[in-house]
Amino acid sequence: MNESGERDGVVDSRGRRCPLPVIDLARRCAEVEIGATVELWANDPAADADVPAWCRMRGQELVAVAPLPGGGSSYLVRRAR
Amino acid sequence: MGAYLDHASATEPHPAARAALLTAIDDGWADPVRLYREGRRARMLLDAARQAVAAALGARPDEVSFTAGGEQAATLAVLGAAAARRRSGAGVLVSAVEHSAVLRAADAAADGAGTGTEAGGATRVPVDRLGRVAPAAFTPPPGTALACLQHANHEVGTVQPVAEVAEIVHAAGVPLHVDATTTVGRRPLDVAALGADLLSAGANGYGGPAGVGILVVRTGTRWRNPLPPDDREFGRVAGFPNVPGIVAAAAALEARAGEMAVEAERHAAFSARLREQLPALIDDVDLLGDPDPAGRLPGLVAFSCLYVDGETLVTGLDAAGIAVSSGSSCVADSVTPSHVLAAMGALTHGNVRITFGRSSRASDIDALLAVLPDVVRGARERAGAVKL
Repeated sequence: MNESGERDGVVDSRGRRCPLPVIDLARRCAEVEIGATVELWANDPAADADVPAWCRMRGQELVAVAPLPGGGSSYLVRRAR
Repeated sequence: MGAYLDHASATEPHPAARAALLTAIDDGWADPVRLYREGRRARMLLDAARQAVAAALGARPDEVSFTAGGEQAATLAVLGAAAARRRSGAGVLVSAVEHSAVLRAADAAADGAGTGTEAGGATRVPVDRLGRVAPAAFTPPPGTALACLQHANHEVGTVQPVAEVAEIVHAAGVPLHVDATTTVGRRPLDVAALGADLLSAGANGYGGPAGVGILVVRTGTRWRNPLPPDDREFGRVAGFPNVPGIVAAAAALEARAGEMAVEAERHAAFSARLREQLPALIDDVDLLGDPDPAGRLPGLVAFSCLYVDGETLVTGLDAAGIAVSSGSSCVADSVTPSHVLAAMGALTHGNVRITFGRSSRASDIDALLAVLPDVVRGARERAGAVKL
């Protein structure tokens, strides 16, 4: 289990600096079934570039990005492989 | 076994620059606008330096002014061209991957007219995954005062289609500023062939001293000094110029002309070896820039390593005596990630930029390849990011 808090299937990496949010996302993705989605919350400015880049490098699908009320973004990723 | 692999940030003074600097400190210390003998001697040195730089760039001597560095030259080029074309509009078109000095000046000049990603700033022209603009995207909208495109990118080495973009912006009557910091003194360059109306570069990128920049304003290009001018440097740069530094910068540029072709071949071989070896030695490494050698600078290799922060890589390599730079925000002096890497859709963390210079040897590559895989592996282990 990683050290970031998890709530309702959300990986909350807010307050964690790059590259930790992407590591959190990769760990969670490895735990879920292929086809399942993982939601990452992050407010490190690098996440906006690094989450899509990770999905591209890893062949995973970035489904949606939405701003969070308190700052940062939510990234919905589907494990494709 | 150490290695200095950050020649794009600064490279050793060229022997010709060092020799010229020492002579000019003794001979060129006086004020070149004074009419007595000492002043005339400084003036002769300054004029000769200007002629040499103009000849190296295919420009006329009166089109060349010397500044206190490449960033000042870029700032003056952008602000001055935009100021002179105020009546045509306040819009400035810039590639999204320009040097931050160009972006800052372009944003300041655009004065709220832009429609790009930065609210109120200059309009950013997007780049593809290799960091290259599409020439058609540089078609200037009405009200554009100036377009800015670098000759090649400073973080990933991608060469831009400058001549094609020049044709497109000129067809709309818009001048083009070219930041040539990565190419002056490193590859043959001709301002007319490039289609540059304004060009800027710093001397420290090719073996001249830091604190000397080159500003070219082509004849017929509208330009107005954004600062209160005096009568020096054709009214483009005020104040007592650094004559010894300028003389050294010109000497280095002249000397470079005879050696850069052979050096480029040597660097291209280093780059090819690194680009082949890095993915073989390190998992999850994203090579950046153009895979085609014709489309990139021979002396630059950039890559990003997944799950590692750039600072760990820089300090880990430094512990082994190897100097590299990183565009990752953890290393740069800001919290925002590299705008270049972000615009390309590249991984912004774990970034490393390797740049070669005159003194680079194959043993430098050996040293890097002997150490880097373990530095990356160690960082991933500490982050608990192995086999993810």
